Amino acid sequence: MKNRTFFWFILPSLITMLLFIALPIVSVVVQSLHIEHEAVLNEVENCGPFGCKKELVIDVEETAKLKDDRPLGKFNGLGTYTNRNHLAFTEIRQAWQLSDGVADFVSKSLNLPFYRALAFTLTYTFVVTPLVLMFGFLIALGVNSLPKYIKGPTIFVSLLPMIVTPLIGSLILFWMIDAQGIIGSILQQIFDDPNLSLKASPLLTWIMLMVYGVWHSSPFAFIVFYAGLQTVPSDTIEAAMIDGASRWERTKYVVLPHLMPLTMFILLIQLMDNFRVFEPIVGFSAQANATSLSWIIYNDISNNEDQFFGSAGATSVLTIIGVSILLIPVLIRTWRDFNRKVV
Amino acid sequence: MFLKTITFAGAFALLGSTAIANCGISSGNVSILSNDFPAIQAVTAEAAKCAGNGVTVESNLTKDHKDIMVAALTANPSQYSSVIVSNSTLVTLMNDGLVQSLDDLVAKHGAGLNKSQLITVDGKVMAVAFMANAQHLFTRTDILEKAGIKEIPGTYEDVLAAAEAIRSAGLMEYPVALNTKAGWNLGEEFVNMYMGTGAELFTSGTAEVSINNDHGVATLNMLKKLVAYSNPDFLTYDSNATQAEWEAGNLALAAMWGSRGGAVLDGEGSADGVSSNTVLTAAPTWGNDARPASTLWWDGIGISTNVSDADAEATFIAMMNGISSDMVKANNDAAVWLIEGYEASAASAGVAGTAANGAAPYPMLPFMGTLHGALGGEISDFLQGTESAEQALADVEAAYTTAAKEKGFLK
Repeated sequence: MKNRTFFWFILPSLITMLLFIALPIVSVVVQSLHIEHEAVLNEVENCGPFGCKKELVIDVEETAKLKDDRPLGKFNGLGTYTNRNHLAFTEIRQAWQLSDGVADFVSKSLNLPFYRALAFTLTYTFVVTPLVLMFGFLIALGVNSLPKYIKGPTIFVSLLPMIVTPLIGSLILFWMIDAQGIIGSILQQIFDDPNLSLKASPLLTWIMLMVYGVWHSSPFAFIVFYAGLQTVPSDTIEAAMIDGASRWERTKYVVLPHLMPLTMFILLIQLMDNFRVFEPIVGFSAQANATSLSWIIYNDISNNEDQFFGSAGATSVLTIIGVSILLIPVLIRTWRDFNRKVV
Repeated sequence: MFLKTITFAGAFALLGSTAIANCGISSGNVSILSNDFPAIQAVTAEAAKCAGNGVTVESNLTKDHKDIMVAALTANPSQYSSVIVSNSTLVTLMNDGLVQSLDDLVAKHGAGLNKSQLITVDGKVMAVAFMANAQHLFTRTDILEKAGIKEIPGTYEDVLAAAEAIRSAGLMEYPVALNTKAGWNLGEEFVNMYMGTGAELFTSGTAEVSINNDHGVATLNMLKKLVAYSNPDFLTYDSNATQAEWEAGNLALAAMWGSRGGAVLDGEGSADGVSSNTVLTAAPTWGNDARPASTLWWDGIGISTNVSDADAEATFIAMMNGISSDMVKANNDAAVWLIEGYEASAASAGVAGTAANGAAPYPMLPFMGTLHGALGGEISDFLQGTESAEQALADVEAAYTTAAKEKGFLK
């Protein structure tokens, strides 16, 4: 394709990407560098059904003047990024100086909201992603060897966890694992412990969220792998069979290498998705035991009376940076493979 | 019910447009944004009767009203001409100057209002309250009797003693519940309990938080003693969950919202013997018995700044119709109404008692929401036993201070 033709060909998607991806990111970065103007407070008397009281109110006119002058707020540089609710440089330095050892330092760091969320987010990503790949592959192998007439229904049923909206899926499970729910009460009987609650302890909550994550994402890996399995060249498989390769050896030496590009694709998508884990935390009401970076953003703009756009912006930018760091090794590998093939 | 609280899309309800206009409005557009519970449904339905003959009345009742109200009212003209506000949401709207003074409208059309219904800030009427709400004690008298407790607990120390009696009698393992879901609910429980000490949340006249003290430590310890008698899932318990547990007969002592009283007492959806043995009483005191460990809330009407004078007037008249004595007569038990003609009932005894015992109103301070958010996020570690009370309070203070700086409340 000529360069000129190519340019016109991709122009529409280029424009939409600029408008709906690049510009919002720029806007988020700009907002993350600003905080609100200093509020002008006046003490006045408030009265209501329960009596009167002297309380502070914001002087709307004075504050509006400040806002007209600089609508974005006060420039704060990287102040929001380094404050206690984000990277917390000061607190981390203090924790390092005051702690008795590495364990104490880690526990002090995990007391800070950002690092606590990061710990769960990373654990979730690195536990769920490989399990999703593994289960997806195993289900695909299993379904592929089924007789033709039950393949269709099996595929449909296997895809259900992905079809259900994450929030609804997690809510359904949340009720099932309740002490009076079907899973919760069965677990209590199995372990013979009437006080066993999956929602109460941090460890069990983490495990529950990860099990949910695997349950929800495996169908995606499965369907991609299953599509890939249909393209495995049958003559290579037959040749391997003639050479006396067992089923395990055929899978290991023929099927898996053939599916490697697909594995990379799923890995890429899953790393991104899992790093942004969010809905199950809301669905499972798990915020006391597990928070993620995306949950912090949600909490900043929609969970409370106040909205913290600067904070939410800073966490968003940090999330983008986190995703980029995670993806670099995968991207480098893909790039190398690509070059090798060209040469 | 639980679904409702987290559904992102609010239900949009178009209310009757065929009724005959009998409110004395000739034209205008009335649109109401509000929270969604039975009492408010009654008010908006009554206001909607003013529709017709060139008057339109629309309402959007949603649990997520807090998330959309600032954006919706910042638009000019505003998306809604009226918002049903409470102690906390009125402050959020006033912070941005989004609700107007109602002095003129009250003088012109507010003849039937009680003076106590007028919410004034610096002498100006900013909202008209129509109902009161508070968290207070719900008690199962039959369970208490079986455990040998004769009187309904008046203090949280008594609540603990009764809970222990119920547990040791083998009646219930977890007789107590508070709305302790991590986040807003848990923050509210701290504020309630702390108010019971009589201390203030902030250093007077400033935005400096002052909870990191002996009162704060005592408050946390009391909460921890109470949740020891709560189901281990207590950090997931919101109002819907506690009401369901109560109606299922799994609880004997709970601090729940007064607005749940009607639903609990009506017998619908309750296990046998629950409703008939449930008694609502004032919020308990504790420690030095300074005041009930609860905060008083009101819900009321605010009118947007960014609407035409004609629409503002039409809206005010329609809302006055919504909170008329006729509405109260038809819905007496739906809430603790502050309106003329309301008759106290068993469902309102808790809220009325809490107010009569001198509970503090929830503070109308610009930075209260910021502290509330910090509390809800930081004290769950202590209640789970992974952190000391002092550390939890220091965390709250640090989280609040950081957030308040971003909001411009602190330098």
